[in-house]
Amino acid sequence: MSTLILLLATGLGLGGLYFLVASGLSLIYGLMGVLNFAHGSFLTLGAFVGLAAGNLVGAGTWGGLLLGLVVGALTGAAAATATELGLIRPLYDRHIEQVLVTVGLSLATVALFEGIWGPNPRNVTRPGWLASTTDVLGARVPNTAFLNVLAGAVVLGGIVAFLRYTRYGLIIRAGVENRAMVTALGIDVRRAFTLVFAVGGAAAGLGGVLATQSLNYVSPHMGASLLIFAFIVTVIGGMGSLTGAAVASVVVAVLQQLANFYLNNTGDLIVVLLLALVLLVRPSGLLGRPA
Amino acid sequence: MSGPNVLEVRGLSARIAGQEVVHDVSFEVPAAGVTAVLGRNGVGKTSTLRAVLGLVERSGEVLLDGVRVDGERTDRIVRRGVGYVPEDREVFAGLTVAENLRLAHRAGPGGTTAEHRALVDALFPDLATRAAQRAGTLSGGQQQMVSLARALLNDNRILLVDEPTKGLAPRIVGEVAEALAAAARTVPILLVEQNLQVVERLADRVVVIDAGRVVHTGPARDLLDDADLLQRLLGVHAETEAAR
Amino acid sequence: MNRTRTLLGALGTLVLLACLPLLALPVPGVLPGYTYEPGSLQLLALCWLTAALALSYHLLFGLAGLMSFGHALYFAAGTYGLAIVLDRTDVPLLPAAALVLVGGIALAFVVGAVSLRVTGISFAMVTLAFAQAGNVLVRRDQGDLTGGEEGLALATAGVPDALVGVVNTRNLYWLALAVLVLVYLVVLWIERSRAGHMAAAVRENEVRVRIIGGRPYLTKLVVFVLAASLATVVGMAYLLLQSGASPATSTADFTLTLLVMVVLGGVGSRWGAVVGAVLYTVLDQRLAELAHSDAVAGLPAVLRIPLSEPMFLLGTCFILVVIFLPGGLAGAAERLAARRRPVPEGAAA
Ligand SMILES: Nc1ncnc2c1ncn2[C@@H]1O[C@H](COP(=O)(O)OP(=O)(O)OP(=O)(O)O)[C@@H](O)[C@H]1O
Ligand SMILES: [Mg+2]
Repeated sequence: MSTLILLLATGLGLGGLYFLVASGLSLIYGLMGVLNFAHGSFLTLGAFVGLAAGNLVGAGTWGGLLLGLVVGALTGAAAATATELGLIRPLYDRHIEQVLVTVGLSLATVALFEGIWGPNPRNVTRPGWLASTTDVLGARVPNTAFLNVLAGAVVLGGIVAFLRYTRYGLIIRAGVENRAMVTALGIDVRRAFTLVFAVGGAAAGLGGVLATQSLNYVSPHMGASLLIFAFIVTVIGGMGSLTGAAVASVVVAVLQQLANFYLNNTGDLIVVLLLALVLLVRPSGLLGRPA
Repeated sequence: MSGPNVLEVRGLSARIAGQEVVHDVSFEVPAAGVTAVLGRNGVGKTSTLRAVLGLVERSGEVLLDGVRVDGERTDRIVRRGVGYVPEDREVFAGLTVAENLRLAHRAGPGGTTAEHRALVDALFPDLATRAAQRAGTLSGGQQQMVSLARALLNDNRILLVDEPTKGLAPRIVGEVAEALAAAARTVPILLVEQNLQVVERLADRVVVIDAGRVVHTGPARDLLDDADLLQRLLGVHAETEAAR
Repeated sequence: MNRTRTLLGALGTLVLLACLPLLALPVPGVLPGYTYEPGSLQLLALCWLTAALALSYHLLFGLAGLMSFGHALYFAAGTYGLAIVLDRTDVPLLPAAALVLVGGIALAFVVGAVSLRVTGISFAMVTLAFAQAGNVLVRRDQGDLTGGEEGLALATAGVPDALVGVVNTRNLYWLALAVLVLVYLVVLWIERSRAGHMAAAVRENEVRVRIIGGRPYLTKLVVFVLAASLATVVGMAYLLLQSGASPATSTADFTLTLLVMVVLGGVGSRWGAVVGAVLYTVLDQRLAELAHSDAVAGLPAVLRIPLSEPMFLLGTCFILVVIFLPGGLAGAAERLAARRRPVPEGAAA
C-alpha cells in the first residue's frame, strides 16, 4: 500500500515536470503549427542560469531557490522570445523550415552548453527540506514531488487564467482554432506568437530549475531527455490541447513509475507502448480535435 | 451614387496550393451601395475576396481609397477599414458569442463606436441574450448573425461579404438580407451571393466571374432583366428563378 | 548524347574512387594522409556509408515528404542485430545478414504501420518515441545482449578474414563503396518506379491522390519500409567497418544529423544527400581536430568554447543554410548553373 502511494506521489511529481515542458510545446504547436525542438534547450539554459543566480544568494537556501526559479523562468522566456523573433518569424508559415531551424538550434545549443559547463552532470545543493522525505500514510514521499505538483498546478492555473481572462488569451484561443480568421479581424497574430513562445519558455525554464532539485544534478542533456517524454505527452494528450497535455503528463508519469517498480524497470518502454495504443485507437490523441 | 471608388482591383491573380485560380481580375467598388459578385460554383469568387485581403497568395494591384494595399499584411488591410464576413461564417466555435464579438472590437479611428454597437444590438437582439453561449452550438442562422455583427461593429470603409445566405432557411435569408440592407445605408458592400432574389433586392451593380475571370460588369438591373445573359453567364433560367 | 556523357562521367568517378586504395594521392586538409593509408581509407569508407544512410533518409524525407525522427532505429537494428547474431550464434556472415535484414523489415513494418496513422509533426514525434525506446533497450543491456553504454564489439569468428583487421581496410573500403552504389541504384530505381511517383504525388497532395484512387497510407508504408531496410543494410556494413556497435548510433541526435546532411545537400536531391553526408562527415572529423588544436586552445574563452564544439559550428551552419540557402547545396549549384548558362539569343548584346 505504502509503495503504491509512493509511486503515485512520485509519478504526480514527475508529471508536474512533464507538464511544465509539454504545456509550452502544446501551446506553440496549437497556435503556430511549429514543433519546437529547441524547447529542451530553454529548459537547460533556465536551469544553469537559474542555479547560478541562486548560488549568488546562497546554494541550498530557500531564498536562493526562489531567486533561481524566477531567474530560470525569465531566462527561458528570454531565450524563447529571441528564438521566435530571430529564427521563427523570418520563416513565417514555412513549418518544415521552422522545425529544421529549431532542430539546428537544439544541436548547436546543447554543444555550446557542453562547452561552457562541461559534458558531465554536476551535483546541486538543495535546501534541506527538499532533500528529505515526508511520511504520507506510511510512504516516504520525496519532498520535491510536492514542489513539482505545486509548480505544475500553479502554471496550469496561471495559463488557464491567462487564456480565459486576458485579451491576448482570447486571441490565442481563437488563433488555435482559426488563425487566418484572427488576422481577418485586424489582429496582428504574430505578437501572440512571440507571447506564446515567451510563456512556453518561462514554463520550461522554471521546469529546468525544478528538475535540478528532483534529479539532484544539472547537466547539458537534461532538457533533451525531458523533451522526448514531453513530446510523447503532447501526442497522447492531443497536439495543441492544454488540458490534454495536463492529463497525459500525469498518466504517462504515473504509468512510468508503476512500470519501473512492478515491471522490471520497463517504464520508458511502457510509455511508448501506450503511445502506440493511443494512436491506434485515437490518432488525434486523448483530447485533440480529430484532423 | 457616383464619386470615387472605395476599392479598386487591377489585374489581380490568386494562387492556391501552387495553382492559379483567379486570373487577372479587375473591377471597382463605388463608395456607396452594394456591388454583387456573381458566378457559378467554384469559379473563384471566394478566392477573389481572399486575395483582396491577402489571405491567399496573390499578385496585382488592390487600392483602398486610392492607396495601394496589396503589399500589406491582412491585419493591416483590415485595420484600414475592411470588414470581412467569410463564406461558411467561420465563427470561433469554442469561444462564446460575447468573446467572438470582443475579438472583433477595434480601437482608434475606423474602430468600434457606440453607434455601431447600437446598430448591431438593434439588428441582432438575439446575440445579447446568447452572449454566454458557445458559438459552435448556435444554429447556422445565428452563427451568420455573429459573423455579420463582427464586421458591423467597426466603422469600416467597406464590407466584403461572402455568401451570407448560404444554407439558410428562407425566413432567415430574409432577416440576413434585411440586416445587409440596413448596413448598406452606411457602408459600401462587396457581396458574393448566389441567391438572385437577394441580389435583386440589394445589389446596384454586378461583377460576374467565370473560370477565374471577370466576364461581365454593369448595373444589376440590366443583368437580371436579360434572361439570355443570365442563362449564358450563370446557367440559370430566369423563369424558374422568378417562379421561386 | 547528354545522358551518355553523364553516365560516362559517373562511371569514371566510380572507377577513380575504386582505385583510390591503390593510389598514393595526398588530399591535404581533408584526409589524414595518402589515400592508400588505412586512416584515409577508414574516413572515406565512413563517408560512403554515411552517404548511403543519408540516401535512405532522402527516400523518406525528400521523396515521400515523411519527416522521421527515428530513422536511426533501423540503422541500429542493422549494427546491433548483426553484432548480436554473430556474437551469440555460429551462423556465418551472409546468412546472418539475411536474417537481420528480415528482422529489420519486420520492425519497420510494425513501427511504420502504427506511426503512419498520424501525419506531419505528430509522425515525427511518434517515430522519435519508437527510436527512443530502441535506444533505451540498447543502453539497458537486457540479458547482456547489447553491451550497454560500452557497445558491442564485432565477434569475428563468422566473418571472412578478408574483412577483418586494419590490414584489410581497403577491402572494407570497397565494401562501403559497393554499399553506396547499391543503395544509390536502389533509390534511383524506387524513384523511377510507380511507387516512387505515387510517393511524390502523396508528398505534394495527399487528398488528390486519394481522390484519383491511390492509397496514400500504403504508399507511405512501402517507402518507409524500403528506406528502413536500406538503413539496416548500411548498418550492417557499418558494423564491419567500425568493428563494433555503439549506442550513439541509436540516438535521436543521430537521426537529426541525417536530417542535417540531407537538408545541407538539398532536400529532394539524390546527389545533395550524398554530398551533404560526405561534407558533414569530413567537417565533423576536421572540426574535432581543430577543437583539440593548440591554435584554438590559446584563444580567449568566447572564441575557444564555440570553436571547440564541432556540433555547435555544424548546427549554426545548418541554421544559416535553412534560412539563407533554400534548396541547400544542390539548390545553390542549380542557381549557379542557371546563371552560367549562355544568355538566350534575344538578350545578347
Ligand atoms: N484549399 C484549396 N485547395 C485546392 N483548391 C482550392 C482550394 N480552395 C479553392 N480551391 C479551388 O479554387 C477554385 C476557386 O474556388 P473558390 O472557393 O474561390 O470558388 P467560389 O466561386 O467561391 O465557389 P463557391 O460558389 O462554391 O463558393 C476552385 O476550383 C476550387 O476547387
Ligand atoms: Mg465561395
